[in-house]
Amino acid sequence: MSALEAVLLTIITASTPLLLAAVGELVTERSGVLNLGVEGMMIMGAVTGFAAAYTTGSAAVGVMAAIGTGIAMALLFAFLTQTLAANQMATGLALTLFGIGLSGLVGKPFTGLPGVKLGAVHVPGLSGLPLVGPVLFGQDLLVYASVAITVFVAWMFSRTRLGLVIRAVGTNHHSAHALGYDVAAVRYGCIAFGGACAGLAGGYLSLVYTPQWIENMTAGRGWIALALVVFATWSPNRVAVGAYLFGAVWIMGLYAQGIGVTIPPQFLASLPYLVTIGALLAISGNRILTKVNTPACIGQTFVPDR
Amino acid sequence: MGVRLVLEKRPERSRAMQVASPLLAVALTVLFGSILFAARGFDPLHANYVYFIGPLTTLWSVEELIVKATPLVLIGAGLAICFRADLWNIGAEGQLIAGALAGASIPILAPHWDSALAIPAMLLLGMLGGMAWAAVPALLRNRFGANEILTSLMLVYVAQYLLDWLVRGPWRDPQGFNFPKSIGFNDWHLLTTFGDGRVHLGAVFAVIAVIVLAVFMSRTLLGFEIKVRGEAPRAGGFGGFSQAGTTWLCFGISGALAGLAGICEVAGPVGQLQPTISPGYGFTAIIVAFLGRLNPLGALLGGLVLAICYLGGEAAQVELSISEKTAQVFQGMLLFFILTCDTLIRCRVRLEWATRNPSRQRQFIGLEGGASRTADAGGAAQ
Repeated sequence: MSALEAVLLTIITASTPLLLAAVGELVTERSGVLNLGVEGMMIMGAVTGFAAAYTTGSAAVGVMAAIGTGIAMALLFAFLTQTLAANQMATGLALTLFGIGLSGLVGKPFTGLPGVKLGAVHVPGLSGLPLVGPVLFGQDLLVYASVAITVFVAWMFSRTRLGLVIRAVGTNHHSAHALGYDVAAVRYGCIAFGGACAGLAGGYLSLVYTPQWIENMTAGRGWIALALVVFATWSPNRVAVGAYLFGAVWIMGLYAQGIGVTIPPQFLASLPYLVTIGALLAISGNRILTKVNTPACIGQTFVPDR
Repeated sequence: MGVRLVLEKRPERSRAMQVASPLLAVALTVLFGSILFAARGFDPLHANYVYFIGPLTTLWSVEELIVKATPLVLIGAGLAICFRADLWNIGAEGQLIAGALAGASIPILAPHWDSALAIPAMLLLGMLGGMAWAAVPALLRNRFGANEILTSLMLVYVAQYLLDWLVRGPWRDPQGFNFPKSIGFNDWHLLTTFGDGRVHLGAVFAVIAVIVLAVFMSRTLLGFEIKVRGEAPRAGGFGGFSQAGTTWLCFGISGALAGLAGICEVAGPVGQLQPTISPGYGFTAIIVAFLGRLNPLGALLGGLVLAICYLGGEAAQVELSISEKTAQVFQGMLLFFILTCDTLIRCRVRLEWATRNPSRQRQFIGLEGGASRTADAGGAAQ
């Protein structure tokens, strides 16, 4: 395998969890809900994914467990914010704090155990091609799933009635309600979808990226996913581009050390966070782009007049 | 047919619930904690005693409680003001580290400067360090409209790596056998302590900060501007209040207090720089602020409650051999319950057996219209 292939492969594995979490949060935010609990749902997905895979010996069970946990966490958030009309920011923060704590508790017995790695799929005949073979046709299933989900979300928002309803709910919940759409139900669905994606992203970390359980292993990726959605101004295609760019930044630090760059490793490690701030600045400076695309009702509580 | 929860807005915010809500939240947390303890096979009464009452029974642990509550109260009081203004500074942990680093530069770079001015200079540098770290999200928000939630949080990671680099690199103790630690601070660079020598000057600062901020919020025009900004930003605009100004002010105050907490930690209980100087005080302080109903005086009580949570976690680890992570789970749970109970201040909650055609005779009033900041604090997202 050439060095370039190796770099591209690691970039894709580093980008996939970001893409999954970001595209899920994008759907949530398009419905007008800001869920700051991505990091918490992700870390819980990582720990339960690992635990289920370790206990049963099957990575597939691990993936299902990660998705299920993400949904369960998201429904907790949905119940508080939609049914009880609690503040979305604070509830999201609570979800993250709770998830980080609970994952430490659940994961304690699993620390340092060898994990079950989700294997790569080899498309016969194609994965042997130079460069494009392993990069495009020799990935694990979740990489393809992340791309498929992104394409599906992009198609849903631009071509389907469901996408239109979600956007309507996120743009003006009063009008959507007046038209007879059940705002809370739509939002429950979108929040759960975001949770499933975040859980899956966490599972990807503990089943593929580094197949083991390490405390706080998400390392702020959930927050970066949130930033990616803003950076992409709520467009699924741009989320994909952003996720791969960020994956590249994440990996760059590792490779820079490998080839003997003498910058302290801590500076390279803090690069993704600094780049995130830079990206937010670049996009927020463009007021028109952000104003046009921001879901108008984002973060606002809705209790219908009846 | 199905059961559904229906929220019905109260004509006025319930005064009784404003007081009862935090108490109810704590009670619910204890109740759910008991269920968890029982599920793990512990006697809930004993476990709760170990967790919540035990820390209050010996002088040693009461002092330890004050030590733990000190940074929580300092940071929580500052965050309460930020959240009140609908500004979401969630990077207090980074501001704490930045303050600790700035303040620790004196004992590390000038270890022999034994002067009465040393401690005040350290405290001042600590506050400035925290303030500088908090000024970044404020600047980026004011200048570029960048979301302060994300920028302030990203800077936490940057601060952690900066601390890590300093204690492994330039500021490592040359005689420290390569351990990632700075030199231990000399006696004249440590804060005065009381009692058995654990409670330090920071506790006094915490009480002073709470009182000053409480007066500031209730008695000054700037405090009023902050409240208006959170509850009715448009009205504030008509009143000529500067949005950018309150952003600077809130981030400045909360950053300075987090920085003060940071330098008090390293010049107090820790006594040197090391890769980890805080068990997440900056994040826990978010819960402190909410438990204190976003009121500086409330942060004092909230800080004590969450300090019990930390201490109880340690006690439970020793006596019941359960993970110290339990404390974080309790803290997260507590915040969920606080937010749930806060709904009761604004609304009555009823169970309703919904039919296909809900009766349209009763009129309900929606929660919109800026009646309550907790209901639609979402303005910050834009």
